[in-house]
Amino acid sequence: MFPKPIQSMSPAARLTYQVALPVMLVVWLLPLLGVAVTSIRPSSDLAQGNYFGIPSYLAFSNYLDVFKNSPFASYMLNSFKVTIPTVIGAVALSCLTGFALAVYKFKGNLLIFFIFVAGNFVPFQILMVPVRDLTVKMGLYDTITGLALFHVAFQTGFCTLFMRNFIKALPKELIEAARVEGVGEWQIFWHIVLPLVRPAIAALSVLIFTFIWNDYFWATVLTTGADTQPITAGLQSLNGQWVAAWQLVSAGSILAALPPVAMFFLMQKHFIAGLTLGAVK
Amino acid sequence: MSEPRAETGIPAPRRRRLNRKLAPWLFLAPGALMFLIYVLIPIGESMWISFFQWDGLSAKHWIGIENYLELLDDDAFYTSLKNNLIWLVLYMLAIPFGLFIALFLNQTVRGIRIYKSLFFFPFVISQVVVGLIFSWFYAPGFGLFFELTKWLDGTGIAILANPNTVTYGIIAAGLWPQIAYCMILYLTGLNAVAPDQIEAARLDGAKGIKMLWYVVLPQLRPATFIAVVVTVIGALRSFDLVSIMTDGGPFGSSRVLSYYMYEQALSEYGYRMGYGAAIAVVLFAIMMIFISGFIWKMWRDERGL
Repeated sequence: MFPKPIQSMSPAARLTYQVALPVMLVVWLLPLLGVAVTSIRPSSDLAQGNYFGIPSYLAFSNYLDVFKNSPFASYMLNSFKVTIPTVIGAVALSCLTGFALAVYKFKGNLLIFFIFVAGNFVPFQILMVPVRDLTVKMGLYDTITGLALFHVAFQTGFCTLFMRNFIKALPKELIEAARVEGVGEWQIFWHIVLPLVRPAIAALSVLIFTFIWNDYFWATVLTTGADTQPITAGLQSLNGQWVAAWQLVSAGSILAALPPVAMFFLMQKHFIAGLTLGAVK
Repeated sequence: MSEPRAETGIPAPRRRRLNRKLAPWLFLAPGALMFLIYVLIPIGESMWISFFQWDGLSAKHWIGIENYLELLDDDAFYTSLKNNLIWLVLYMLAIPFGLFIALFLNQTVRGIRIYKSLFFFPFVISQVVVGLIFSWFYAPGFGLFFELTKWLDGTGIAILANPNTVTYGIIAAGLWPQIAYCMILYLTGLNAVAPDQIEAARLDGAKGIKMLWYVVLPQLRPATFIAVVVTVIGALRSFDLVSIMTDGGPFGSSRVLSYYMYEQALSEYGYRMGYGAAIAVVLFAIMMIFISGFIWKMWRDERGL
């Protein structure tokens, strides 16, 4: 193990480590802690210049105000409406493409695979004008469907990379044995491969959920109003409205961050496994 | 895999063989079609549009490479390009910092798992939230960072209001989640470092920096590779933070190519789709250098399998 286990060090070093750990954490999360405290600070404190002291009382009502005085609830709901179908769509499509690319030998297999991978890294701006145009032409501009459709298509790139590598690592004998038995291709996919890739589906789902929930660029390009915009875009426009109402901006930020954070904590193992795919040989 | 029944001498039924030829294409079709429509064709379209003068509504007007010629004379373009370069270089700091935190956390003490996940926190939250948090952190008059610099120099630095410092302020905000990402990559990598090699090196008297450099880092190469890829792409893609924190200002000094493109093509400043597309093509070309390198390495790995 590297570095040396702290248990094998001197008691002084051990103590230093035990102290350094929370100190480092507080410094690291300082901006976030500041926001968390501000979110429960009464506005009177801010007006009197009490930005960093102890709040004079805990104003949890800020959280209520966020919902009462703005279309915040609608933004949140929109985020779910975009994110959930996208996760399902992208994962479903990539199970199919990943299976095709991992199991069959055919001409252009690797080329198609690499196109998916490369497409996934493309800067969004090169897609912006045509995708916006296409969405307008389909009559889906400023709709949740239009936004979700694009996300599904784009995420298929990353998801295919992920699924293909995962399926490729499954034991080939399973599939070959099934073929000898005369099992059809679809049956192989549905009854043999799909149950085996459940952990990959879980990992992908949390990752894509976070990616889409946190998307800001496409939300601003493809949607415009509180009826359709997800929370990221909504938060930015509320930030413009709540000039200097930092307690509301903070409460809104915390709320907007909650779903992906909850997702991460619930599915931590899968989340990290997904992110670090390929990082460990 | 191709002909499992061949050696048994029983010819596979024709129907099934046809199925096996057709199957991959049927499985590929839905995903590939979506990807084609929303990703591949738009790349080509953007390149095509970059040769036109177009406001997005009226008829396109062919002007050849004039958009690109105009770029050569455009100060805002050079500012963006320069800022992209600064992003690219400074964003790389995420890798050593991430490694440092990973080494710090790679212990087995009580509660360390909680610590690891809390350190990873900044990556999970949206860049919009990160941008707002840092704007507040930097805010002149009361922001924690401002107060800190005021305590040091008496006047305080309004980092986002100064054209000379604004980009660095935004990059610092961007580094926060990126360091967290690199940290997770390295923590996973450290888990897989072979303990016997460490022990052997220890017996040979290696420790500290030497051990890290000669024994540990070579084993972390896959993690480093992924960290470099995601960091480069993250740096070049930077848009959210610039948009949230400054809108490219003050005086356009914090623009990057991705933001400048958006500004030209879609914001209130103009609907110059052709010009915007030309900027996007330049950004795409820069990105392709890195993407090609990545694909090239993947291709070598695939052939090695």
